[in-house]
Amino acid sequence: MTATADVATVLKEKFPQITGRESLDWPAFNVPGDQAPAVLQCLRDECAFDLLVDVTAVDWGVGQSPRFTVVWHLLSTTRHTYVRVAAACADDAKPSMPSVTGLWPGANWHERETYDMFGIVFTGHPDLRRILMWEGYPYFPLRKEFPLAGLDTSLPDPEVADETGARVKPAPYMGGPFVAAPGGPMDEAEPRAKDQSWTERQEKPS
Amino acid sequence: MVSPNTELAYDSKIEGDVIVSRLDAVINWIRTNSMWPMPMGLACCAIELMAVAAARFDIARFGAEVMRFSPRQSDCMIVAGTVTYKMAPQVRRLYDQMPAPKWVIAMGACASTGGMYRSYAVLQGVDRILPVDVYVSGCPPRPEALLDALIKLQAKVRREPAAKRLFRT
Ligand code: SF4
Repeated sequence: MTATADVATVLKEKFPQITGRESLDWPAFNVPGDQAPAVLQCLRDECAFDLLVDVTAVDWGVGQSPRFTVVWHLLSTTRHTYVRVAAACADDAKPSMPSVTGLWPGANWHERETYDMFGIVFTGHPDLRRILMWEGYPYFPLRKEFPLAGLDTSLPDPEVADETGARVKPAPYMGGPFVAAPGGPMDEAEPRAKDQSWTERQEKPS
Repeated sequence: MVSPNTELAYDSKIEGDVIVSRLDAVINWIRTNSMWPMPMGLACCAIELMAVAAARFDIARFGAEVMRFSPRQSDCMIVAGTVTYKMAPQVRRLYDQMPAPKWVIAMGACASTGGMYRSYAVLQGVDRILPVDVYVSGCPPRPEALLDALIKLQAKVRREPAAKRLFRT
């Protein structure tokens, strides 16, 4: 616990705007977006959090403000503790956040993924391209308004799209999402759709 | 019953160096027994594909052990795994680079229908971009199932009017 208290005092002393963040496990802090790299550098250099485990984001939903929160997880390989730092993006429509690739080169791909999935632009990133979806994909799949089945768009390669006539189509849900019943024998616990009255051919009753 | 006639089929003394057969039969005999696969291993099914090629299941017994990683030397694309939309054009491009005649086996639930990935990122069945000849069910299919698919494909190829297609302009 002493280590936890240490981190809080060190940070509070240097960055008075920092507030505690509700957390069930490790110490967590809310940080103003523009100070995030400085706070992370302080954690790295003064509190021995030398490993950046994860960069991700939270979308709080359409119409929320602030809508996007970027979250960093740091690990101290010497003290074996984690710390979580979160910063809200100021702009809800065009979210952006300073990059920490200068502090940890490993942040590069994490930030590309977060950009790919949420559309958060990391300013100062050396090569901010999509990493999972293809270049030119028009949506950000982990945003709340994006349906799991996907949205209609064209294939990445126009030549192949022309030749095959195939498109990126919403996946058929056939009455899904599919849920497994807990307990019971295996054949009854199989994942199945809750509402099986509609299929790909038979439209969902409205 | 012991027959005095031991010459049951081809007799070189009578027929010399000539064998009479149908051209279709000869071509299809050659094609079915040297069907070199293009291993399109994209996900977990590829592990079973490797098992098929290994000693226990030994796809060499059916003449298809020559996994060619160059599409230009292969006859049968085995799509083993999840085809994402990002990968789909490359799969089609490799198929286009294979010389005809060519066949496609969709191995496993993912390649056949998208499988459990009902999501924005996965092509819902490789038959949306390729003409599939044989579908194999299973997640993943047992190696025997893939061998069965190969045998079924061979049976299908045996029925093809190969000679007619050969001289078609
Ligand atoms: S069918 Fe199953 S085993 Fe095969 S690629 Fe899909 S998830 Fe993997």
